[in-house]
Amino acid sequence: MASVAASAPERRRRRFDLRKQPGFGFMAALCLLVLYAPIMVLIAYSFNETRSVSQWQGFSLDWYVKAFANKEIQEAAWNSLQIALVATVIATVCATMAALATTRTRPWRGMTTSYMVVNLPLMVPEIVTAIATLIFFALLYAALGISFGIGNLMIAHAVFCVPFAYLPIRARLEDMDRTLEQAAADLYATPWQTFRRVTLPLMMPGVTAGATLAFVVSFDDFTITLMLAGPGQTTLPIYIWTSLRRGISPEINAMSSILLVISVILVTASFLLGRRRK
Amino acid sequence: MTALTLGEVERRRLSEAEARVDQAKRSSAARQQRTRWTLVAPALIVVGLFGIGPLLIMLLYSFLEPGTYGGVRWEFSTDAYVQFLFERDLFDETKLLFTDSYLLIVGRSILLAFVTTIICLILGYPTAYFMATRPASQRNFWVFLITLPFWTNLLIRTYAMFVILRDDGIINNALLNMGLISSPIPIMFTDYAITIGLLYAFLPLMVLPLYASLEKLDFRLVEAGFDLYASRGSVLRRIIVPLSKPGIVAGCILVFIPAIGAYVTPTLMGGGKQLMIGNLIALQFQGARNWPFGAALALILMLVVLIALLFYTRNATRQQAALHG
Repeated sequence: MASVAASAPERRRRRFDLRKQPGFGFMAALCLLVLYAPIMVLIAYSFNETRSVSQWQGFSLDWYVKAFANKEIQEAAWNSLQIALVATVIATVCATMAALATTRTRPWRGMTTSYMVVNLPLMVPEIVTAIATLIFFALLYAALGISFGIGNLMIAHAVFCVPFAYLPIRARLEDMDRTLEQAAADLYATPWQTFRRVTLPLMMPGVTAGATLAFVVSFDDFTITLMLAGPGQTTLPIYIWTSLRRGISPEINAMSSILLVISVILVTASFLLGRRRK
Repeated sequence: MTALTLGEVERRRLSEAEARVDQAKRSSAARQQRTRWTLVAPALIVVGLFGIGPLLIMLLYSFLEPGTYGGVRWEFSTDAYVQFLFERDLFDETKLLFTDSYLLIVGRSILLAFVTTIICLILGYPTAYFMATRPASQRNFWVFLITLPFWTNLLIRTYAMFVILRDDGIINNALLNMGLISSPIPIMFTDYAITIGLLYAFLPLMVLPLYASLEKLDFRLVEAGFDLYASRGSVLRRIIVPLSKPGIVAGCILVFIPAIGAYVTPTLMGGGKQLMIGNLIALQFQGARNWPFGAALALILMLVVLIALLFYTRNATRQQAALHG
């Protein structure tokens, strides 16, 4: 009897949730609404029958058909893809090597500097990077006559992709413990064999996650590309920008929706890869 | 006698061996250091040459004369910086008149970025707290939901907001249809529109660091507060918020820096009427063709960012000193 009497208030006390704050769940829901509602509306109106992007007339896939058939969009997509692929490869190789040298060791002379240099592109406002790079390539052309054409864009993208590739790779490496590599060394593996057969396979999910993020960041870049792109170097975001100036239409919504879906798929993949354990 | 010599020999051998080990260690340390530099070299070259190099050239350009059709003339001049605060008298070239038009744009940028940061904090803090108090299995999903929009194209997201807020966008249409307003609320191309755009763009950057620090919160301290008869409000104010201060500072910096340098949002949402410093910089390379002035403005923007960063590091080190001291 006594124990039952004692357990009732205890149960009530346990029901008192000390973590709860009233109204915070509502704010979280509001945040999600703010973040997702505009995107959802944009996607919804890409299926609109008429030219309006705010008055619903009926369902149609016409705008997607038009977007896919558009020669300019195809060219822009090809440019975007080329630039993003090259930038991703450069950034991922640089970031992987740098991450190997700056993780899981005691601090060494130059480590902090390296870390800061690698992450610098995150600290500089995009518009500043954009005009600085514009000046740089203009000077390079004026002084030495060097221009890499679309390579200018690839290099510029590679620079700001480095930290985006570096951070997930570094996170992965820091989660790995040293014992497996030590075991390989005990079994007379050379440092290269150890790297090739033990370290690299273990860090691969991090590398893939980093490369995916670098690709997404390059593929979506607008400001820097806008400043640097010469004629014939239109990327998808630049194409969207120029069509916006000509007027809003569901075709822009359709193109935007495709880009959004690509980003969402890649980021989801990167997120899942980054979380996967051994 | 012999025993002593033997001992001596032994000792000498030992010290020789030690020296050899030392040398081996030193040379292996040197080799290790070489490997490290080789590994970081590509990243340093790419970012150094094409990231830091351009910034230095930009600094140089800000001290040159503008060329007639863009570009520069190679003559030293501080005009770009003088131009920021003064304009030359029309009739007397040597007279300088104070002008606040550029200062006002910088001021507006700081103000808009600041307001955006505060609203992000008000919206983001409860969200981050709510995420941090979910069961562990749900938290990662919440983080994913909040991060996802950040990785999608900023131009497209801003366009999405633009379409909604327009005079014949769905918000105004809905309000008109319900009879709440008789004519559309003209929100586009105002400072309000820019703030909404910035808020929408950078909200995830506020939530994530807040979440990171709230997730580590020791709830025994909260329990102690309740045991001492504190209400929910005072527990929040006197325990939870002070403990998550590092996250608050980090979130505010992460939102403030991109917000003050924003280009896409004020261009689209402000319609080129309400300029922020990012637009002003871009203009010097598009229509106005005054490269040195653009470079100088970019450096002024970098200075503001640097001050914000210094504020952050000073705060972080003080926090650490408080923890360890």
